Amino acid sequence: MNFKMITYVIGWLLTFEAAFMAVPIITAAVYGEVEAWHFVGTAVFCLIIGRLLTFKKRKNTTLYSRDGFVIVALSWTILSIFGAMPFWLSGAIPNYVDALFETVSGFTTTGASILSDVEALPKCMLMWRSFTHWVGGMGVLVFIMAFLPLAGGQNMHIMRAESPGPSVSKLVPRVRTTALILYAIYFVLTVIEFILLLCGGMTIFEATNTAFATAGTGGFGFLNSSMGSFSPYIQIVITVFMLLFSINFNSYFFILLGRFKDAFTTEVRTFLIIVATAITAITINISPLFESVGEALRHSSFTVASLISTTGFSTVDFDLWPEFSKNVLVLIMFIGACAGSTGGGIKVSRIIILFKSLGKELRTLIHPREVKKLKIDGHIVEHETLRSVNVYMVSFVLIFVFSIVAISFDNHDFITNFTAVTATINNIGPGLEMVGPTCNFGFFSIPSKLVFIFDMLAGRLELFPMLVLFTPATWKK
Amino acid sequence: MNIIIVGCGKVGSALAAELNEEGNNITVVDLSADKVNEVSSKFDVMGVVGNGATHATLQEADIDRADLLIAVTDSDELNLLCCLIAKKAGNCQTIARVRSPEYNTEAPYLKDELGLAMVINPEFAAAAEIARVLRFPSAMKIDTFAKGRVEMMKFRLPEGSPLVGCAVKELANKFRCDVLICTVEREDDAFIANGDLVFEEKDVISLIATPKNANDFFRKIDYKLNSVKDVMIIGGGGVANYLCRILRRSGNINVKVIEKNPKRCDELCSQLEDVSIICGDAAEQALLLEEGLESAGALVALTNLDEENIFLSLFAKRVCKGKLITKINRIDFDDVIKHLDLDTIIYPKNITCETIVRYVRAMKNTIGSNVETLYNIVKGKIEAAEFHIKEGSPVVGVPLFELKFNASVLIAAILRGRQVIIPRGNDTIQPGDSVVIVSNHIEMHDITDILK
Repeated sequence: MNFKMITYVIGWLLTFEAAFMAVPIITAAVYGEVEAWHFVGTAVFCLIIGRLLTFKKRKNTTLYSRDGFVIVALSWTILSIFGAMPFWLSGAIPNYVDALFETVSGFTTTGASILSDVEALPKCMLMWRSFTHWVGGMGVLVFIMAFLPLAGGQNMHIMRAESPGPSVSKLVPRVRTTALILYAIYFVLTVIEFILLLCGGMTIFEATNTAFATAGTGGFGFLNSSMGSFSPYIQIVITVFMLLFSINFNSYFFILLGRFKDAFTTEVRTFLIIVATAITAITINISPLFESVGEALRHSSFTVASLISTTGFSTVDFDLWPEFSKNVLVLIMFIGACAGSTGGGIKVSRIIILFKSLGKELRTLIHPREVKKLKIDGHIVEHETLRSVNVYMVSFVLIFVFSIVAISFDNHDFITNFTAVTATINNIGPGLEMVGPTCNFGFFSIPSKLVFIFDMLAGRLELFPMLVLFTPATWKK
Repeated sequence: MNIIIVGCGKVGSALAAELNEEGNNITVVDLSADKVNEVSSKFDVMGVVGNGATHATLQEADIDRADLLIAVTDSDELNLLCCLIAKKAGNCQTIARVRSPEYNTEAPYLKDELGLAMVINPEFAAAAEIARVLRFPSAMKIDTFAKGRVEMMKFRLPEGSPLVGCAVKELANKFRCDVLICTVEREDDAFIANGDLVFEEKDVISLIATPKNANDFFRKIDYKLNSVKDVMIIGGGGVANYLCRILRRSGNINVKVIEKNPKRCDELCSQLEDVSIICGDAAEQALLLEEGLESAGALVALTNLDEENIFLSLFAKRVCKGKLITKINRIDFDDVIKHLDLDTIIYPKNITCETIVRYVRAMKNTIGSNVETLYNIVKGKIEAAEFHIKEGSPVVGVPLFELKFNASVLIAAILRGRQVIIPRGNDTIQPGDSVVIVSNHIEMHDITDILK
């Protein structure tokens, strides 16, 4: 394990975090809020530690696969630990674990909150929450890589550990250029959404917050009613952008290059089909609840987009919808977004691979000697990918089950526990019953909150980095 | 620069590492997914799995935006086909590794007619490198132009040399030699030699000449080259074949080849002249001693087995005082081998790689020009470049003394067909010539850049 290199990367991470805090500091300055000083204090602290860690010249820059995993898992943990400081120092969230929960929920783009009254938070704190979504959506280390030459080829280990999806491919030969292109696409899409929201009558503060939270598929709102009080136009814009941000970013790159055939992969098409089916089914199911089919369609599409993209905004309390709709919603929570997007969940590409391998397995039962390879978009799915998808599913189920058992000590009902874990491990935010869209996670005990923090990080980092961090073999020389 | 490398073997991955390090965007292509994964996870390069000679695969590797394609798979034919298709599909420059001697003799045809920028033969390159070491063991650095017909040599002027105190312009009369002094390095300075420069002790001089004239010159100035007089080559493979030819061509060196396979001995015998070929197993020490290993000027171990080569050299080190050259095919254990103290070690794969990297550097420094090769003579200060002169260039047909050159430019050699001209004022440049230019690190895109 290359500890020197790991501390070096973490040093840079803290330096960048200090820079990120400029956003809430500026917000506070604009609105004249005293909480700015808590951000300034934390930023200076991060900066000092960061500079100290990067001060030493490192000789050996080689990173192996496990270093990549450890860097990613540690970085996200440390990022959240420091990011939670301002909430706690200012007293806005008196308990540090609560503050940490809120920050982890931000960086992992979950959007689950422990606050019952978000409107009481100062504006700079709201901005910081939304901004953590934006940074966490595409990945912090990818961001650093885009601006800093870290370790040459071994960067791929970091990118692989941080990016969502079963297999990571580069757009262009260099990791750094790939990271830059991805962030450029991300930035431009965010700006477009911001402008469209401004056109719909949002204030600059509201539009920035919403754009950040949608882009990262996070879901922190700045009103207690989430997005329910905004005009249909704004709700439709948000619906469209939640879906756009949950499509593989490689597709946008191919569209820019004019390679449309490469852009609409099986994954993207399957994703769109799932979305369309879910919207239709739910619209039919809930239309008696609304005045017109159009309104039902608007709310069902917003909710489907919000949950499959793992954003977690809401326009209405879907916890009051019929059982069938709620079941469909829980299903799509698990499916999640496309690989290579900012969304969470199991990812459509994994679902496709799993279904295809199920089909293959059934065929081999009927024709035991048949030789068959799994193909997606004409490319053979490597055995390695297949294996990692299978192991991912097993780990997912294991973590899920353990989490439910761990939080059951709080003695809440099963639907609450089940959907609370679903909402955190898939980075969605709201669940059903006591953690429904109008409620929050504040009532859970401290140990349960720690379990959720682990689930959110594990979910965002695709399980393995967090598991590697807790594997004894990682730390052996 | 965007470069596609087809073939992820040893040379392919070494090239990917080196060229990536120098800031090029690399895409590697190979049929085996494992190999592609290995290279693309080790270095910051993109991998494409597929047959590099198909249009679809090259398209996936973004041939449209590639500046250069390097084909280094195991198969000569595949390499050539890759280059042809790349040329048609993406209009990029192409380099092919071609090992077979039959194709090697066709290299000029391949270059001119099929539009390949460079055809590299690892065995020939290795042989040329060995020959250079044998001929000038004491030279500091030797670079070649025009496929080895002109050499640029760097050496340090010893104390008491007759050259000390002599001006550059007096050389021609005093020693009657056809050599051209290019640069002189004195302490931390480096100059391009003009006629009035006077040599001092411990100057590092680089000169350009044909191999034969260089020998002549060194003899006249009493510079001890310690060049080897008789060479014993073990193993009669491709490298040995090329090496014999080069050594015979450049002067009076006695060459003896020991080869186990009688049939191969026959082949060598009919292909080579003035070389004594001995059929026998070089692993027998008695045979080596009988053939005069103790008094040999050099032993070159070129068998196909690395282990055997190493053992031969270790043995020879004990019995003879000559130069030892060992060919090693596998590059994996190079640091271990370095510690064995085996004198000179030749890695054909590294040489292939270096030659290609050098070409790429030249291409990068001179994008859009027709520079063929580029060398750093003094790092970052003086460089030498080889240009190809086309019809209609303003320098054609004008005697050199009438051309107005930039102050810091020297025309070091004119290569016309098989003839090498060390230029004097009355010479002219003709279309189709290659010209070697030494200059003060200015950006040269075309031969006209050297004019005022």
